[in-house]
Amino acid sequence: MSIWNKHAIFEKNSIILIIGVLIVISIGGLVEILPLFYLKSTIEKVEGVRPYTPLELAGRNIYVREGCYTCHSQMIRALRDEVERYGHYSLASESMYDRPFQWGSKRNGPDLARVGNKYSDDWHRRHLENPRAMVPGSIMPAYPWLAKTPLDAARIEQDMKVLALEGVPYSKEMIEKASLDLKAQASEEDPNAADLAKRYPKAVARAAGDQKGMVSEADALIAYLQMLGTLVDFKLYDGKANLR
Amino acid sequence: MSLASNDNKDVDAHTGTSTTGHEWDGIRELNTPLPKWWLNIFYATIVWAFFYTLAYPAYPLISDFTKGLLGWSSRAAVTQEIADLQAMRAPMVQALASASFEQIEKDPKLLAFARAQGKAAFGDNCAPCHGAGGGGAKAFPNLVDDDWIWGGRNEDIQATITHGIRSADPQSRAGNMPALEGILKPSEMILVAEYTRSLSGLAVAKNVDLKAGAQIFADNCSACHGADGRGNQEIGALNLTDQIWLYGSDQKTILEGIAKGRGGMMPNWNDRLDAGTIKALAVYVRTLGGGR
Repeated sequence: MSIWNKHAIFEKNSIILIIGVLIVISIGGLVEILPLFYLKSTIEKVEGVRPYTPLELAGRNIYVREGCYTCHSQMIRALRDEVERYGHYSLASESMYDRPFQWGSKRNGPDLARVGNKYSDDWHRRHLENPRAMVPGSIMPAYPWLAKTPLDAARIEQDMKVLALEGVPYSKEMIEKASLDLKAQASEEDPNAADLAKRYPKAVARAAGDQKGMVSEADALIAYLQMLGTLVDFKLYDGKANLR
Repeated sequence: MSLASNDNKDVDAHTGTSTTGHEWDGIRELNTPLPKWWLNIFYATIVWAFFYTLAYPAYPLISDFTKGLLGWSSRAAVTQEIADLQAMRAPMVQALASASFEQIEKDPKLLAFARAQGKAAFGDNCAPCHGAGGGGAKAFPNLVDDDWIWGGRNEDIQATITHGIRSADPQSRAGNMPALEGILKPSEMILVAEYTRSLSGLAVAKNVDLKAGAQIFADNCSACHGADGRGNQEIGALNLTDQIWLYGSDQKTILEGIAKGRGGMMPNWNDRLDAGTIKALAVYVRTLGGGR
C-alpha cells in the first residue's frame, strides 16, 4: 500500500475528515490573515481620516439598509483606467472606521469611493427621487421615500457606543453630543457648527432638503455620500513612500 | 507509486481495473484511477505555484514579507502605467497648455485633441448633471444653446469649471437669487412673475396689471437682472428676455423661485481634474453651443 492510499482513512471517517479540514483552513488563516495584523507595511496610517459624524453615520446606516453596496463598490483599484476615471486608488485606511467595510465586489453602478463633492446636493436629491430624471439611461431603482421619511436617529448614541467598543475612537464627548452634532450638520446656521467642526474636521454642514426643517433620510444619506473619499488630501499624500 | 495506481488486488475481469474491495449484493465498485493528463496538470500547478511565489510578493515573515524576485508591486505598477500614459500624451498636453484659446481654435489638430480630451472628461464628470450631450435638465443649465449664465468666453467657462459655482472654493462664482418671501406680498409676486413672463413674449394671465409688475421689477429685481431684464453674467443673474428657462417658465415655478430664492451649486473641479483637462473641457463645452 503506497502513501497515496492513506487518504482512504479521511474518506471513510467524517470526524477525521472534519479535523483534517479544520487543520488545513487554520494553516491558511495563519499564513494569509494573521500577518496583516502585525506587518508594518500593511498598516498604513494616513493623515485626515476620522470617524463618521453622527449624521454621516446615520446616512451610512441607510446606505447599508437599502443595499447600495450590492451595485456600488467603494474601492478604486490600483489599475490605470480606474485611477483615470475615479481618482487616486483607495487606501485601506480610508475605510478603517467602516464596520463593516463597503468595498463591494459588483459594479452595476459606478464606484462611489470618491463621489464626495463630485455632484451637488440638489443633484443627489433629484437623482435619489428618480435617477432617470438626471441620467436617462440609468438602471438604478428610485428611492423617493427617503426624502419624505424623517430620519430616525434616536439610537445614534448606541450605534456610536457599539462602534467605540469595536475600536472606532469615538470619545465620551462625541457620544454625549451626538444629537447636537447631528442637528448642527443638517443646518447651515446652527450655533453648534463650530463644535462639530472641532470634533470632526472637514465635516460640512448642509441645509436640509425640506423647507420646514425636517431632517430626512435623504439628507443623512447625502451627507454620507458627499464626504466619501474627501478626507485624505492627496496633494499631501506621499505615495512614493508607500509603494508596495 | 502515484494516485493513478491502485494496490487493491481485487481486479474486475471486464475492465481490468481494481475495485474498492466492497461488495453490495454482488455488486462491486470500480476504483478507476485518475486520468494521467489530469494528474499531470495537477502536479504542474504545484510546481508553478512554487516558482510563482518566488517571483512575486508572497510569504509573510516576522516583520516584513518576501518581495519576490521580480520586485513587482501593484502600486509601483499603476504609478508607472500612469506615468507612461502621461508621457504618451505629453507633447499634445504641453502644446495645449502653452497655446492660447485663440491659437487652439485656429489649429485644427490642437482643437481636435482638446475636443476629444474634453469629451472623455465630460462623460465621466459633467454628464450626470448636464446630460450626456450637454442638454442639461431642470436646474442644470443646458450647454448646447448659446445662452451663458456666467459668460460664454473660453476664459469664463474655464474659470467656472475650475472654481465652481457657489462651491467650497474661495474663488468660486457666487451670487444667489434671494428669497423675496416676506419682502413682497403674494399678490405682488404674481404681478412680477407675470411681468417676467411678458419679458420673453409669453402669454400673460388676464387682468394682470403689467405696469404695476414692471414697477415691482424695477424696485426689486432690476439691480441684478438689469432694467431691461437681460441679466448680468458677472453675478450669474439670468437673462429673462430670452426663451431659455433654467427652472421653468410657468407661473408656479417662477413664483417658487421668487419666494424661496434660487442658487444651484456646481462643484469646483480644480481638486479633481488637472489644469490641462479643464482647459480641454472649456474648449469642448464652448464648441458645444457656439459660445460668445
